[in-house]
Amino acid sequence: MEDKAQIQEAIKTQGEVVRKLKSEKASKEQIDEEVAKLLQLKAQLGGDDGKHQFVLKTAKGTRDYNPKQMAIREKVFNTIIGCFKRHGAETIDTPVFELKETLTGKYGEDSKLIYDLKDQGGELLSLRYDLTVPFARYLAMNKITNIKRYHIAKVYRRDNPAMTRGRYREFYQCDFDIAGQYDAMIPDAECLKIVHEILSELDLGDFRIKVNDRRILDGMFAVCGVPDDKFRTICSTVDKLDKLPWEEVKKEMVNEKGLSEEAADQIGEYVSMQGGMDLAERLLQDQKMSQSKQACAGLSDIKLLFSYLQLFQVTDKVVFDLSLARGLDYYTGIIYEAVLTQAGVAPVTTDAQNGAPSEESVSVGSVAGGGRYDGLVGMFDPKGRKVPCVGVSIGIERVFSIMEQKAEASAEKVRTTEVQVMVASAQKNLLEEKLKLITELWNAGIKAEVMYKKNPKLLSQLQHCEESGIPLVAILGEQELKDGVVKLRVVATREEVDISRADLIGEIRRRTSEA
Amino acid sequence: MQIDEEVAKLLQLKAQLGGDDGKHQFVLKTAKGTRDYNPKQMAIREKVFNTIIGCFKRHGAETIDTPVFELKETLTGKYGEDSKLIYDLKDQGGELLSLRYDLTVPFARYLAMNKITNIKRYHIAKVYRRDNPAMTRGRYREFYQCDFDIAGQYDAMIPDAECLKIVHEILSELDLGDFRIKVNDRRILDGMFAVCGVPDDKFRTICSTVDKLDKLPWEEVKKEMVNEKGLSEEAADQIGEYVSMQGGMDLAERLLQDQKMSQSKQACAGLSDIKLLFSYLQLFQVTDKASAEKVRTTEVQVMVASAQKNLLEEKLKLITELWNAGIKAEVMYKKNPKLLSQLQHCEESGIPLVAILGEQELKDGVVKLRVVATREEVQLIHNTHTVSLLAHGRMT
Repeated sequence: MEDKAQIQEAIKTQGEVVRKLKSEKASKEQIDEEVAKLLQLKAQLGGDDGKHQFVLKTAKGTRDYNPKQMAIREKVFNTIIGCFKRHGAETIDTPVFELKETLTGKYGEDSKLIYDLKDQGGELLSLRYDLTVPFARYLAMNKITNIKRYHIAKVYRRDNPAMTRGRYREFYQCDFDIAGQYDAMIPDAECLKIVHEILSELDLGDFRIKVNDRRILDGMFAVCGVPDDKFRTICSTVDKLDKLPWEEVKKEMVNEKGLSEEAADQIGEYVSMQGGMDLAERLLQDQKMSQSKQACAGLSDIKLLFSYLQLFQVTDKVVFDLSLARGLDYYTGIIYEAVLTQAGVAPVTTDAQNGAPSEESVSVGSVAGGGRYDGLVGMFDPKGRKVPCVGVSIGIERVFSIMEQKAEASAEKVRTTEVQVMVASAQKNLLEEKLKLITELWNAGIKAEVMYKKNPKLLSQLQHCEESGIPLVAILGEQELKDGVVKLRVVATREEVDISRADLIGEIRRRTSEA
Repeated sequence: MQIDEEVAKLLQLKAQLGGDDGKHQFVLKTAKGTRDYNPKQMAIREKVFNTIIGCFKRHGAETIDTPVFELKETLTGKYGEDSKLIYDLKDQGGELLSLRYDLTVPFARYLAMNKITNIKRYHIAKVYRRDNPAMTRGRYREFYQCDFDIAGQYDAMIPDAECLKIVHEILSELDLGDFRIKVNDRRILDGMFAVCGVPDDKFRTICSTVDKLDKLPWEEVKKEMVNEKGLSEEAADQIGEYVSMQGGMDLAERLLQDQKMSQSKQACAGLSDIKLLFSYLQLFQVTDKASAEKVRTTEVQVMVASAQKNLLEEKLKLITELWNAGIKAEVMYKKNPKLLSQLQHCEESGIPLVAILGEQELKDGVVKLRVVATREEVQLIHNTHTVSLLAHGRMT
């Protein structure tokens, strides 16, 4: 087995040989012979080195989270989970892959975006596409009829990045769902209240929650002359109104989906309507719309919903919007989507001092969506027992991305560790004393660090504190040890005070709790 | 013919159902080797994670996350015989992908990709292995791993010792009962193999066999070494003598003096490092599990106690002075507690000082101050100066 370096040398030499022959215009046979030798040498290198290659890429559409991003992520999760817990939800977890059959037939046109696992001789598996189908399976499997649960986990979609720039293939979903038979619209209203609370607490700027109802959409299609068998596909097209202008959407309806232009125009009139409870009342009086029993049921529920939203004090941001038509097959009643409005981000304080506000437009589409899906669990239950569900999914990746941008723009540093005290030394040969001290601190639950060096320079230790954002340093020195004290230094102000060893822990606790 | 015609109709009807009703099939199973976590399990999980993550954070670690699948190439050639247990994703026209098998290879990729030379990181996430359930009963195919790693060039054994301190803290806090942390060194193993006459090219495979000692008795392990791995019986016996040894720093010292072992430079380097490790572990207070430092749940500095009866009023007066001076103090909710009980309470709670009142001391205007840990006692004049000294911790 030749040394890699030797082979590389040989490749270099052989390369020279080939180049020389070519420049001398030697015979084809001669050149070919030497080229063959060169290729053989190169092959040796390629084959052997297979396992020592480190491919420095993540899979397309996926990414690592570095410590800064994780710190932001943790804050966001804490806010969101705090809200879920405040509303009395419990949590579950499910496997990252399901039996392929479980996911089949649940996602309509989007089914082609599912990641399958290779057939390795066992069951056929697919990575979960969302958290709703696993939830329905969980309910049916455990014969659960009532639950209020949240679930935060990653899901997988083979999106084509060229078409949907910035979309990841592996991303977090953050779902909250209320399953069970209850009086109409109360749980539905609570979901919207939760969305409102979360988006407000996360401080992402202004937002709107658009609300509609599948029954109103279907009723609208019916009275506009859409054939029954085209409902779902026309629904998908209407859904594109958040990204495409009406002309293009109408074109798709007429040219690709075979709808009559008249029907398309009638739809066009309705989908431009937005309002509140008043719009629902108006439509109940609308000559055409009121012909559909379905639509009327949906409209009455919208009115009921708005009455509860008033009590929950969240009507200021909720809009009844007839153009909302979420893409998934399984919604049966109310549907909703929250979007951030353009004037989103607060100016950076430093620039504001100069009178030049630095705003970033972070129009990132929808940040939450959901609705009622009464038929899904029944699909899993052998007896077809229905468990009505309503829920919402927070678009947490978009939230992360906004928070990351904010952190980038702000002067404040994001800490990636929570260390409160650096244990440092002013002279040499104090490692033993530092390790003793840090053990006391750890035993008392204080977050502390020490350098992995027997004799580090004080300056390096202080620099580490500045870089990591560690607020306090406990400095040991020979004189201090004799006196039974520790020098406690505040990194930000450089103030130093001598604290007795016995008092140190109490002092640290006092200072870190005040922070 | 009639039958065939009607059967054809039946099949056609069923086909309609099969095609259309794909979505009405009742699959009420999770994939083999995987399971859901119900809310009770999630509550327990959250507690456990909080304890563990709290410990990692206390030691200044940051965290990262990586994707659930890697490029197949990234995982190829890293797991030896275990590679056949990797879950591959179907070739759907893009890159070839596999589910991560552990968190260490992704960590190494992350470091290389970001050119990171120093990091102290933890990573808690699920990993995937196509274990054969018949052979490894009870093992899941999807399961959590919880890794803590320190990467970077540092002075010898300090980060190594901190890892052990962390394991000790976590296992203690989780309150799982008694535990032991076994420590060894690859260089000592290799050196041992060398001086016992194991050929170089058999080191790794003999190592795998020695590893089975936690499940199999020595006779079986020896049998595998001699019969399957082709080791001489003499070499196996020599290994047998060494692998039965356990101890602390003293064992490392003894082996450094061992005639055979000391011949291996490698083993000596490993043994010196074990000694260094144990010296740090002593400072971290984790060498003797029985003497592990108790985590205090209160911050009381002084217990106000009495040596005789009917001193509650005086104790309450004294404790009020202490509280007014900002000292954290406690007194027993008993009119006439025994001194022993009061002292026992101090030991259990970790209270460092006791201020003991007695009739004679009251007449003399003094207070006996006792250091719980050393049992030293001093007599102090009971005045505001003493109290203020006590408040500023000048008493130890």
